[in-house]
Amino acid sequence: MLPAMFIILVASAILGYRIISAVPPLLHTPLMSGMNALSGITVIGAIAVFTTAPAGARSIAAIALVLASINVFGGFWVTERMLRMFKGKKHETGGEELPWS
Amino acid sequence: MELKVVLAVLIIAGFLTGIRLMQSPRTALWGNRLGAFSMLFAITWTFVTTGGGTLLSAILFVSLGAIAGLILGQSVKMIQMPQTVALLNGFGGAASALVVLAAIPGSTVEGVEVLFWSTSGLALVIGALTFSGSIIAMIKLQGLAFRQPVQIPGHGIILRLAFLSALLVIILNLAYGGTYAAPAMALIAVLGLLAGLLISLRIGGADMPIVISLLNSFSGIAASIAGLAVTNLILAGTGALVGVAGLILTRLMCRAMNRSLANVLTGFVPGSHKKRNGEPGVTAGEPFGESVGPDHEETGGPAGKTNEEQTGEKPGPDDLPGLLNTAQRVIIVPGYGMAVAQAQMAVGLLATTLEQKGKDVKFAIHPVAGRMPGHMNVLLAEAGVDYEKLLDIEEINPQFEHADLVIVVGACDVVNPAANAADGTPISGMPILEAEKAKAVIVCNLDEKPGYSGVDNLLYEKEHVLTIWGDASEVVPKLIDMIN
Repeated sequence: MLPAMFIILVASAILGYRIISAVPPLLHTPLMSGMNALSGITVIGAIAVFTTAPAGARSIAAIALVLASINVFGGFWVTERMLRMFKGKKHETGGEELPWS
Repeated sequence: MELKVVLAVLIIAGFLTGIRLMQSPRTALWGNRLGAFSMLFAITWTFVTTGGGTLLSAILFVSLGAIAGLILGQSVKMIQMPQTVALLNGFGGAASALVVLAAIPGSTVEGVEVLFWSTSGLALVIGALTFSGSIIAMIKLQGLAFRQPVQIPGHGIILRLAFLSALLVIILNLAYGGTYAAPAMALIAVLGLLAGLLISLRIGGADMPIVISLLNSFSGIAASIAGLAVTNLILAGTGALVGVAGLILTRLMCRAMNRSLANVLTGFVPGSHKKRNGEPGVTAGEPFGESVGPDHEETGGPAGKTNEEQTGEKPGPDDLPGLLNTAQRVIIVPGYGMAVAQAQMAVGLLATTLEQKGKDVKFAIHPVAGRMPGHMNVLLAEAGVDYEKLLDIEEINPQFEHADLVIVVGACDVVNPAANAADGTPISGMPILEAEKAKAVIVCNLDEKPGYSGVDNLLYEKEHVLTIWGDASEVVPKLIDMIN
């Protein structure tokens, strides 16, 4: 399991670097809030720990569960709301395209 | 075991494809949904494969967090996005720290103890740092407290000591094979919390885009290392993804402000750069970091002092209607001042009104305008501006020389020609929006004080620049009224 884990970690970082670098500045805020939601992935670690930990440690894991879930659901939902507002050209404002050079 | 690997790869591929879709505003919404779906899948799968009597309570806690998260996500305003991201970031960091803490008593790792103790320690310190740093950033952004950067004596040294001590404790704990794990872990957590406090307390407003990006990265790194500690493939991979994303944005933001990360974290204190002599912006010998907080007292009106002979030629308020009505190509430069004045709707209306008169209107967005990467784009999208009109610095800079009119709303440092003209200022070499190249410029800023960098804005003195001081939410509607 360990080699697989390190391979996945490194591969994710490299692929992530290539893909994330190409996200335009226009979308950097939604990118960041989306990434923020992804960091809530720690919720799955919390589930595993919660269900296996001895009773004493369970309350710590419970807090982790709640916080990570807020991170995941809050993060994805604000990103959804934000991206819904990004609208392309369809407003008929009458603006003219002029040559700029 | 094999299935675990396949599923981890599938879920991470889902996240990566989602980010790939975020490369275009047309597909970004579906990218986010794919990410959310992959996440739901990962959570569901974890539930399904986890048995035990505590499963139901786990589902309950996740549902509780989900409801709270959705309420939070629904209730925040777009203008509050930086503090929302900071708060959620803090929660993510705290969760990763708590996961490793909770994993310690039940840990049955045989043979990989070295890996377990080193990764738990690192995840704990980074997670704790992310939590306290993000919460302070959130408090600052929300304007609840610490409006001015706070610096304590020996700030930088204490920060470095906190890091080194945390590392030392991790190594010692490793050496003792976790015999004294409880006090060691408590100490590591406290040191991490202290480091986060120290990092965020001294940060000034305009450095927020850098710090938020950095904390975002840390929350991912904490998750990734926590994944290593509890041997969770999905956690390790996804955390790495977030860590990389945050680092990319941190680097972009640093470059856009012409600052090094070390300089942001330990060196420069905003507002310490003040005009001392007749030449605005050139005070190279002045050391950074001697005073705390923006201090504008020494800045007289540069326009009045140095350019008196030109004042007759400078356009005045009477020229505003003429400028607004004759210009055909207009570029609007928004800055954080627009957000503070909540003038984004008025600015959106200004653009629409100009367009209705047959003018071509574009927006020039500087990477660090606002309090987080891309902040201006979100506010203007909310105000109904088409995203095609929101151009970043590389796209828009060649177009300024063809523009008849530039309207600056609440932006200072990002249009300050001193960045190119003068050496030795905090903004020297910083990429700026070349607004001065337009035929005419209207500046609608709150006052003539310098921006965050403390460098006087050379743009204000230029002959073709008309300045109107005042709250953008009042000034911009007046401009709209002048268009006929």
